Amino acid sequence: MEREIICTSCPMGCHVTVTMEEERIISITGNTCARGERYARSEITNPTRTLTTTVAVAGGGVLPVKSDAPLPKKSIPQYLEKIHEVTVEPPVLIGDVVIEDICGSGVNIVAAQNVI
Amino acid sequence: MLYDVAIIGAGVVGGLIARELSRYRLKIVMVERSHDVAMGTTKANSAIVHAGYDAECGSLKAKLNVEGSRMMESLCRKLGVKYLRNGSLVVAYRPQDMERIGKLYERGKKNGVEGLEILDTEKLHQMEPSLSQEAVGALFAPSGAIVCPYELNIAAVGNAMDNGAELLLDWEVTKITEDGDGYTLWSGENHLSARYVINASGVYADHVAAMVGDSSFTIRPRKGQYMLLDHDCVGSVTHTLFNVPNELGKGILVTPTVDQNLLLGPTAEDQEDREDVSTTPEGLEKVQENARKVIPSVNLRGVITAFAGLRAVGSTGDFIIESPRQGFWNVAGIESPGLSSAPAIAVYVTELLAGQGLLLEEKEDFMEERVAVHRFNELSMEEKNRVIRENPLYGHVICRCESITEGEIVEAIRQNPGARDLDGVKRRTRAGMGRCQGGFCGPLVTEILSRELGIPLEKVTKFGGGSYLNVGKTREEHIHEND
Amino acid sequence: MKTIDLVVIGGGPAGMGAAIAAYDAGVRDILVLERDHRLGGILEQCIHNGFGLHRFKEELTGPEYAWRFEKELRERKIAFRLDTMVLDLSEDKVITAMNAEEGIFRIQAKAVILAMGCRERPRGALNTPGTRPAGIYTAGTAQRYINIMGYMPGKKAVILGSGDIGLIMARRMTWEGAKVEMVLELMPYSGGLTRNIVQCLKDNDIPLLLSHTIVEIHGKERVSGVTIAQVDENRKPMMETARFVECDTVLLSVGLLPENELTRKAGVPMDVRTSGALVDQRRMTEIPGIFACGNVLHVHDLVDYVSEEAEIAGRGAAEYILQGSEPDPNPVTVRPGNGVRYTLPQRIDRAEDTTIFFRVTDVHPAVRIRVKAGEETVLMRKRPRVAPGEMETVRILGSKLQGYMGQTLTVELEEEAEHGT
Repeated sequence: MEREIICTSCPMGCHVTVTMEEERIISITGNTCARGERYARSEITNPTRTLTTTVAVAGGGVLPVKSDAPLPKKSIPQYLEKIHEVTVEPPVLIGDVVIEDICGSGVNIVAAQNVI
Repeated sequence: MLYDVAIIGAGVVGGLIARELSRYRLKIVMVERSHDVAMGTTKANSAIVHAGYDAECGSLKAKLNVEGSRMMESLCRKLGVKYLRNGSLVVAYRPQDMERIGKLYERGKKNGVEGLEILDTEKLHQMEPSLSQEAVGALFAPSGAIVCPYELNIAAVGNAMDNGAELLLDWEVTKITEDGDGYTLWSGENHLSARYVINASGVYADHVAAMVGDSSFTIRPRKGQYMLLDHDCVGSVTHTLFNVPNELGKGILVTPTVDQNLLLGPTAEDQEDREDVSTTPEGLEKVQENARKVIPSVNLRGVITAFAGLRAVGSTGDFIIESPRQGFWNVAGIESPGLSSAPAIAVYVTELLAGQGLLLEEKEDFMEERVAVHRFNELSMEEKNRVIRENPLYGHVICRCESITEGEIVEAIRQNPGARDLDGVKRRTRAGMGRCQGGFCGPLVTEILSRELGIPLEKVTKFGGGSYLNVGKTREEHIHEND
Repeated sequence: MKTIDLVVIGGGPAGMGAAIAAYDAGVRDILVLERDHRLGGILEQCIHNGFGLHRFKEELTGPEYAWRFEKELRERKIAFRLDTMVLDLSEDKVITAMNAEEGIFRIQAKAVILAMGCRERPRGALNTPGTRPAGIYTAGTAQRYINIMGYMPGKKAVILGSGDIGLIMARRMTWEGAKVEMVLELMPYSGGLTRNIVQCLKDNDIPLLLSHTIVEIHGKERVSGVTIAQVDENRKPMMETARFVECDTVLLSVGLLPENELTRKAGVPMDVRTSGALVDQRRMTEIPGIFACGNVLHVHDLVDYVSEEAEIAGRGAAEYILQGSEPDPNPVTVRPGNGVRYTLPQRIDRAEDTTIFFRVTDVHPAVRIRVKAGEETVLMRKRPRVAPGEMETVRILGSKLQGYMGQTLTVELEEEAEHGT
């Protein structure tokens, strides 16, 4: 079985073909760099995404936040629900941890903007 | 509450009648079904002050058009409304159409229109160089002018309110009962009484008349679709350019507006629906086709918006200004040249009311001029700096396209009749009327409205009713009242 | 009137980058004028990640990318004014600006860098018939509602246009609990980056309907739905394919327009292809001392390219201020050829290493990019894939340019197959 995956590591957007036999990857072609192969492999085994959203700021407005490492794609709704429960108190600086080790994933949700 | 006069409909006609009546010691109320004034025919029409050559001699239309057109300039000055006597041209594209031009000329003279002139090909192209080479001649009416109808409407209502008249919005008349000394108007459970009632309810005037048992006329809405082009599309066009008229109206026109946009339209489509102001591919194509015919070089890529309005066409062919019962006046069928005639209609109706026994005692403290609005863009640098020192909100530009400041927006919300929604701010200040159509300033104006009116952001609307702009905060269950 | 060496109009990524580069090239008297209440420009509402891969070799969110520049600006103590709107720019570089504290003021600048960015094409430009209810937004306006104000514009959306902001907003709306019914694209291909099609649409099972458009918008007070239809090869809707889709929100992502009102006021000659100024390799317009960079010059796909261009403009302005400028009487003219929509710069007036940025007109799988002077090939580069949504570049060395001064270079595409490689 072949699966085509569009690599999103860079704007090139290589169309990478992954040939599989059952659950096993036989070959990866179409990528133009090593990142393409890595990406295709992870898309097949455990696709991950960096999560970006906002949390409420006490006193009004919102603060952009992101996961400091990619999170498993399938659990994104669960993470979003957790993030939505949070309200931060200013001041907050870029990189401040808003939620530590979200849902036991080992990944932190951090501030992506300064709110003084 | 007992009023002397209740006016149903706060369009340009109702507004100017209220303003005229507010000269006198009278208790006046305007009731309006919409969330703002100027929401019906006044909002979307050709914005033309017709010279008066078009109406049948001896008709009310002819008389009131010519009179209204003469009054318009000074009225606009008093109310602080932009007005420009740009002159209009009725253009013929075939030699045989010149005969029709001649007839219009004669009719205009009979109606009392001043300065009419028949132009030959050469003179026409000199006056309007970007006009199609196919144009053979024209009727020139130097008294033709342009005005912003909703600006006039808002200023008239504002001036009337400054002089004591009241305005009730979201107040749709559902029933009228007669009592000993006048009428009671009902809006659901709410009601008020007045000795005199003026029915200036536009496309619904026949429905309102029927509430007092008058079925002497009907109103048929006629849709007109328009397109508005950006400032840089006006080019050298200065006059209002009509085509030789046909049986459906004065034809589609091309005209600059007082705000230096180019307006194209309208179509003329009779319809049953009194609410349907949607644009159609066919209608917009027709408008563009005409524009290309009149000004071959027109830049139709500069379209910033398209819209449609309904003219209230009455069944009698003339304006219907009549009293079916003591104290109840229909001011109906005010289709073109309604805007042009509106100032004269206001005076005429006031006289008619007096004839029916309304006592007109002049107020000594009548303010003829509207409390000035800052037209910030038109001030000199020194004046601007003075205004900013007095109120720093004038130093904060909200609408980038039209350079409209926060000061102007706040003033539009606070001044009579105060803006209560996004479109209301737009009509009063031009914020959001530019080429980005509110993309940048819409959210900012929404925030200002929320702050000034003391309502949550999700309660701010585009034009009242269910025209909400957002469904509430992110991360909340979005339960909106329309669910 | 106050005089300042360099005034930068706009404090987004382009303006900040240009100011920093000019500072580093020796200019000290710099003022950045920003109309918003903070620096960063549109990046502040682009909270998604993917910025800075080229420049910083890591994925940043928009505000983080902007902050890297703001920090550098602050470290250099470069002056800036917020909430300040520039109202006018004259040909002789007099800037009229306004804010609440200072009122209206004029500045005579030695050099000006235009960095005002771009805006979105509104509904009016599309001529979509129908009613005019609430609930029709450009994707960027919706982005501001959600990411800055924290409010949801609606619950059920149809997005017209598959530009990047439209794709990003499809995911953003979904993640905030709205239902995005579909993204419609008039063209037979998407104008957005591949990664956005994958991560925003595919990830969330949002259909992308190519060669489709909205033919009518419905709803009296709030949008109640749209009629959509497939279009033929001439982009005319085929009404037999029309169908109604219920929604309360329509988001438009149908193109960006450089915001060049001030540029025009100053009388700067424009390129109809880019909708921005005509510039040389230093990003100087045809008015000496007026420079332009970023989306006001041409719409970029990646902010990394904006920063690169801002540096070029900043250095160029510094050179102009510190050394003056003698325009070469014998410049190279660069123009687009077959398959290329525009090229930038349009003029190279010195034989120095120059990157030519360009956009193609169509999607091609494998092409050669040929730069030619007359019939002579100056340069040939292969590309595995090109698309209108993605900016392309070719770099020409100064040593190579030397031989072509006074000539016209044309950048064009050639299908690989024609050459049988």
